[in-house]
Amino acid sequence: MNIKTQKRREALMLLKQPGLLATIIVILLILIVFCIYPIIRLLVTCITNESGHFDLSSITYVLKKTNIGLAFRNSIKLGLVVGILATIIGYVFAFAINRTSMPGKKFFHTIAMLPILSPPFVISLAMILLFGRSGVITKQLLGITNHNVYGFSSLVIVQTLALFPLAYLNEKGIMESMDSSVENAARSLGAGRLKVFLSVTLPLSLPGILSAFLIVFAKSLSDFGNPQVLAGDYAVLSVSAYTQITGLYNLRTGSFMAVSILVPSMLAFFIQKYWVAKKSFVTITGKPVGQVDFITEKNVVCPLFCLCIVLTLGILLFYGTVVWVSLVKTWGVDMSISLKNYQFVFQSGSGKKALRDTLLLSLIATPITAILGMMISFLLVRKKFFGRKLMEFSTMIPFAVPGIALGIGYVVSFNQKPLLLTGTAVIIIAALVFRTLSVGVEAGSNSLRQVDKSIEEASTILGADNFTTFVHISLPIMKSALFSGLLNAFVRSMTSVSAVIFLVSVKWNLLTVSIMSAIESNKLGLASAYCVLLMCIVLVAMAILDLLVNRAFGYRRPKHE
Amino acid sequence: MNESTGLEIQHVKKAFSSYGTSDKFYAVNGIDLSVKGGELVTLLGPSGCGKTTMLRMVAGFEMPTEGNILLGGKDVTSQPPNKRNVGMMFQSYALFPHLDVYQNIEYGLKVQKVPENERKKRVGDMMDLMKISEYSNRMPNQISGGQQQRVALARAVVTRPQVLLFDEPLSNLDAKLREYMRDELRKIQIEIGITSLYVTHDQSEAMAISDRVVIMRAGKIEQQGSNKEIYSHPVNSFVANFMGKANFIQVKKFSHISGAKNATAEILGKLTSVQSTPDFEGGVCLIRPEDIHFDSTGMPAKIVHGSYFGNMVEYELDIQGQRLYMTEFGNTNEIVRNGSEVKVKFNADKICLLPDKR
Repeated sequence: MNIKTQKRREALMLLKQPGLLATIIVILLILIVFCIYPIIRLLVTCITNESGHFDLSSITYVLKKTNIGLAFRNSIKLGLVVGILATIIGYVFAFAINRTSMPGKKFFHTIAMLPILSPPFVISLAMILLFGRSGVITKQLLGITNHNVYGFSSLVIVQTLALFPLAYLNEKGIMESMDSSVENAARSLGAGRLKVFLSVTLPLSLPGILSAFLIVFAKSLSDFGNPQVLAGDYAVLSVSAYTQITGLYNLRTGSFMAVSILVPSMLAFFIQKYWVAKKSFVTITGKPVGQVDFITEKNVVCPLFCLCIVLTLGILLFYGTVVWVSLVKTWGVDMSISLKNYQFVFQSGSGKKALRDTLLLSLIATPITAILGMMISFLLVRKKFFGRKLMEFSTMIPFAVPGIALGIGYVVSFNQKPLLLTGTAVIIIAALVFRTLSVGVEAGSNSLRQVDKSIEEASTILGADNFTTFVHISLPIMKSALFSGLLNAFVRSMTSVSAVIFLVSVKWNLLTVSIMSAIESNKLGLASAYCVLLMCIVLVAMAILDLLVNRAFGYRRPKHE
Repeated sequence: MNESTGLEIQHVKKAFSSYGTSDKFYAVNGIDLSVKGGELVTLLGPSGCGKTTMLRMVAGFEMPTEGNILLGGKDVTSQPPNKRNVGMMFQSYALFPHLDVYQNIEYGLKVQKVPENERKKRVGDMMDLMKISEYSNRMPNQISGGQQQRVALARAVVTRPQVLLFDEPLSNLDAKLREYMRDELRKIQIEIGITSLYVTHDQSEAMAISDRVVIMRAGKIEQQGSNKEIYSHPVNSFVANFMGKANFIQVKKFSHISGAKNATAEILGKLTSVQSTPDFEGGVCLIRPEDIHFDSTGMPAKIVHGSYFGNMVEYELDIQGQRLYMTEFGNTNEIVRNGSEVKVKFNADKICLLPDKR
């Protein structure tokens, strides 16, 4: 007897738990169909012609006849510049909040979360409103007419503001879990503040900085909403792919362009995931880390504070502008306050429909994402089974690929029987669910890893099967992860653009897509009203979720003391 | 109590593949053990000896690479843990943090679909037995470590499992409470007569609680027997060292007939007739600290250091350059000063020759 016997017995044990086995098989099948298959189809579409034969003509066409080379270089350049800027700003924020006695930390943190909670192109919209042809700042304050806001530098500003929160969260995480007693040790050995920062804090946070950079880089590459609104003549890949499909009706060339963003952004994602993350010096022990010795020196705190103020004021200015515009009659012409834009949303059939569809689809997608995410994380962290790696890998794929590539993949995969889903609500819900699944899985896995495994074992040995244990023990313990999973799923469902832009139809429309078209037809007031409504829904949903999750899984209070 | 209610471990091995290589590491390497109905057997050994892995295989959380595990005569090797009907007490207690004391104990009965009336009665009885009825509405983080311990035990036995497994359940308690809970555990175990397998690395815990002790090392059983057998007749120096305090002196000259239980050996320059393991082929002689005593007709020794423990004094002696420990019980009023020259004698009939396997 040998390891094989052990494997055979493990398989046998799995067979004796039919519920678990069935769950694993069903989840694997779903993941293969909705996460792996679309990407394979996308790749296949690039190298075959309409009749399904091997054909590279679309690739040669794209390489010779389109500006793909330029677009590729532009996308990479944008990604690099935004990556570097956002990483630096994020680090300054994280350092100021985590390591100094700066006042207003909570405020800064909240403001930094705004871009994450709103659709990606709100900042672009504000950019046009502030600096466009009839922008408040350019035209009304500075008197510049015909200022061209579209192009590289605007994109850099907008993407930096939109993506620095991701870098900030990553770098904050690294700093929080860094054992500050190491820094205190350096201090007590006689090092000054600057020396401590340069020789201890910075080197220890390097892996976090690098992974923040890679995440922002990948996000910038695959960003579609902002370039679509703001790029103008500055060609980038995601917009080019979109144009190929919607403008020229060429699915194959569009697919190839999408694949050309997919490669660098996935590369960045997997380098971050499997290489940089492993290089981290920080080990999460679950023990509370020692007290941070906050920097109180004025010459450090003041400049950092000013920087944070400038940045948050910038963000507030952008968001404030959108709110303001939504409440104004005609921007730049008649600045009197009116609810005209909102009336239009609620009176026009398409506006109401988009609002209703978005809410309905998001409300369906959200619990599916969260529960599926928790289930997968439970299986990944706690169970050994054949296909575990495949399951882990396939949940990450839709998250790692650019939304536009996923969207095209869904279009080419689900347009014929037996998987004819085009135009249905199912395809949109699927895109929303699987695009965000990985975030839920990550949150669930992290919280499960912090929970003593023996708590679940105690349930099992008392006779509970896997399902009972999951529902009665694991889920309540993962309460906070479940909450953040639900919230994340909802916010992302409400705000996603690129993955669903090809999937909406006459029957099912989404707010974000309506906003895009409103911006394109220069109805900026209406677009602003949509944006404000969307953000309000997200905020209300946050409050309700908080209440619900606490009620459902709240710890019972003792009856007597 | 008959054989069929017991636990049978048949030549079990467990291999883990070492990370990054194709090498296999045997955490458990061929264990044969049977626990009779109602008996409490302790697996005792240093950390990494495979005792916890063995316990987890009985629970069903690890799959043996080879061998079989039988419960009440039935092979359960490929049976999932929730279908084995074993109870377990975890090192960390593993109480459900979101359920109160009553709900924690009730959980297993609920899962096994015991009707509500009976559930109420059994949980109530169990809480009375464990003296935790007054905490029934408290959450686990609102009660003390000792109380958590009782809840964990109540939860483990309320479902009437065939075998109860203990995974170092006392290691999180402070020394005083540990001794108290140890005796409580044993009393309750005897009272409900449940077959038990207990894992610990604490030899005094093993001594106090077990019907039988199994000494493990590197995945194998070194020796098993009652605590008295193991203490007074260890098979080698590793066992002797692990069970209680021991002095070892290298034996260079000895005459021993293979198979015999007696031998003559030169110990500290003096020919002494001593006990021996039958297969002795050279090694050390074991002298327990309590088998050395002051005697004006004995051999000269020097006190290196004395430690006072109230009921006894422990001296570190220097005899011909060898450092030996001796304990003196009773007469603890006078402590011999460090550096004093004294005379000591050994209880020769307790000295034992052992193969040196430390």
